[in-house]
Amino acid sequence: MAPLHPAPELRRKHRRARLRTLAFLSPWLVGFSVFFAYPLLATVYFSFMHYNQIQAPTFVGLRNWKYVLGQMPLFGPALWNTLWLVVVMVALRVVFGLGIGLLVTRIKSGVGFFRTAFYLPYLAPPVAATVAFVFLLNPGTGPVNEILSTIGISAPNWFNDPAWAKPSLVLLSLWGIGDLMVIFMAALLDVPKEQYEAAELDGAGAWSKFRYVTWPSITPIVMFAVVTGVVQTMQYYTQALVAGKLASGVSVGPGSVIQPGYPDHSTLTVPQLVYSLGFQNFNTGAACVLSLVLFAIAMAVTSLLMRKSAGLQTAED
Amino acid sequence: MITTARTPARTRARVLHWIAVHTTAVAAALFFVLPFVFVLLTSVMSDEQAMSGELWPHEWRWSNYAEVFRTPGFLDWWKNSLIYAGLGTLFTVCSSIPVAYALAKFRFRGRRTAMTLVIATMMLPPQVIVIPMYLVWAQQLHLSGSLWPLIIPMAFGDAYSVFLLRQFLLTIPTEYLESAKIDGCGELRTLLRVVVPMAKPGIAAVALFQFFYCWNDYFGPQIYAAQNPGAWTLAYGLESFKSAHNVDWNLTMAATLLVMAPVVIVFFFAQKAFVEGVTLTGVKG
Repeated sequence: MAPLHPAPELRRKHRRARLRTLAFLSPWLVGFSVFFAYPLLATVYFSFMHYNQIQAPTFVGLRNWKYVLGQMPLFGPALWNTLWLVVVMVALRVVFGLGIGLLVTRIKSGVGFFRTAFYLPYLAPPVAATVAFVFLLNPGTGPVNEILSTIGISAPNWFNDPAWAKPSLVLLSLWGIGDLMVIFMAALLDVPKEQYEAAELDGAGAWSKFRYVTWPSITPIVMFAVVTGVVQTMQYYTQALVAGKLASGVSVGPGSVIQPGYPDHSTLTVPQLVYSLGFQNFNTGAACVLSLVLFAIAMAVTSLLMRKSAGLQTAED
Repeated sequence: MITTARTPARTRARVLHWIAVHTTAVAAALFFVLPFVFVLLTSVMSDEQAMSGELWPHEWRWSNYAEVFRTPGFLDWWKNSLIYAGLGTLFTVCSSIPVAYALAKFRFRGRRTAMTLVIATMMLPPQVIVIPMYLVWAQQLHLSGSLWPLIIPMAFGDAYSVFLLRQFLLTIPTEYLESAKIDGCGELRTLLRVVVPMAKPGIAAVALFQFFYCWNDYFGPQIYAAQNPGAWTLAYGLESFKSAHNVDWNLTMAATLLVMAPVVIVFFFAQKAFVEGVTLTGVKG
């Protein structure tokens, strides 16, 4: 600012600025080291140890890695379920969210009511929403199957059928589409009106207007929705666990061990398997290996997608 | 401007379009609203009727809600949820504001790296680091069986909140900050007197998101509070409620609505802050 300052004073000023920056950043610096860097390193450490959380850990080399990647029977199903959900759930949520967003921008009467109605389910706490859906879809007395059978449709067993359990979770996730609806609505309203008018003059129909005017201008938001969707779905835990537990009908007290994934491991996701290994089987080493696999996949997928996502890049700077 | 003649054909097309859009909207609204309606209807049924497949209650038994409140532990879960969400939000906001301010307005070496690390933290599945964290809290600090292992870390900045607040602070023109400094304010006074008042909408949005996050959290209480029912939150207790009242769908649905209610009420009072927050999430692409 003032080039005439003598050198020592300038240096002192710099040092003061650096200290000030450090002071402001200090909560996060502590938090990042203690609650992120340390546990991540410790996870790597424990992945080479045999540790049952009672006796002291002993070094076992690559044994946990070989066990998890080569022999553990549930690794395959858990990985398959998580990837299935990442592909199907994210894709359907983006398509459905975009559809609802398009619909809302076209509503002329009662738009306030519709917007609130479409948004509210997103706010329902995941556990509560899952309990509600397990009730709605229960094969015995659930309202959905009651209605379907009255109109003569043979209804599936939803959360109690290995083939239908994951689609039921997808249905639950589509019910909570509010977050995507809002960001797609904002993006759609941002498309310049003149471009639509110009396209209309050129005689463009509804589809070509969407393809050549709407789509190019909302692709960054679509990418943003895909990236955040993938990140969230890699962590998919609560809904799958609660749905499996409740649908199984087993009464469980606190701390009792019930293997997640009912029915038939069809709702077992990688995060649930981490929990089950670490906190039910006390196989710390295997749980840490699986954590690191999850971490590697999450980082690989997001960095791949982020490179293509203008939405996140602009957010970054 | 292009003015189009209102021919009868155009008018008819417009009416048909209106009908098509609003029919779809009503159908979609049924999909979103009916689950709430069925849950509400079941929650006031008698025990016997709740076990049947009937949809409409014979009698409206609102006393089911009183019975839910009389369930042992339910009021404690309520209290614990409020403590977790309240303290968690307070800690998060207080610790994240200075960090976000530094990342938005200070120029220093490593700023880009710091920002990348914040984003990386946001994307990390919580399950990846939970085992070593649990071992520290349980074996070294003997705090498992309580919610403190979830609340204390929030006093050290939350990546998601830092990210959102920074996005908001970037929109505050730097001239305001400079004129405050010319008036003799230090950085801390500038932050408290100038930045915080201007950033109120952003802070409100972050506080809301964090409150909802804590209120809805299931994984955290499951890890740290599972052994001690006295420390359970509503979100965690609800599932055991279903297990304890295995066939009483009416009571379970009443409890479910009671868990949803606070979030919905907060939403209606704070819609503006909410919309602010959603547009903050990086949608300015």
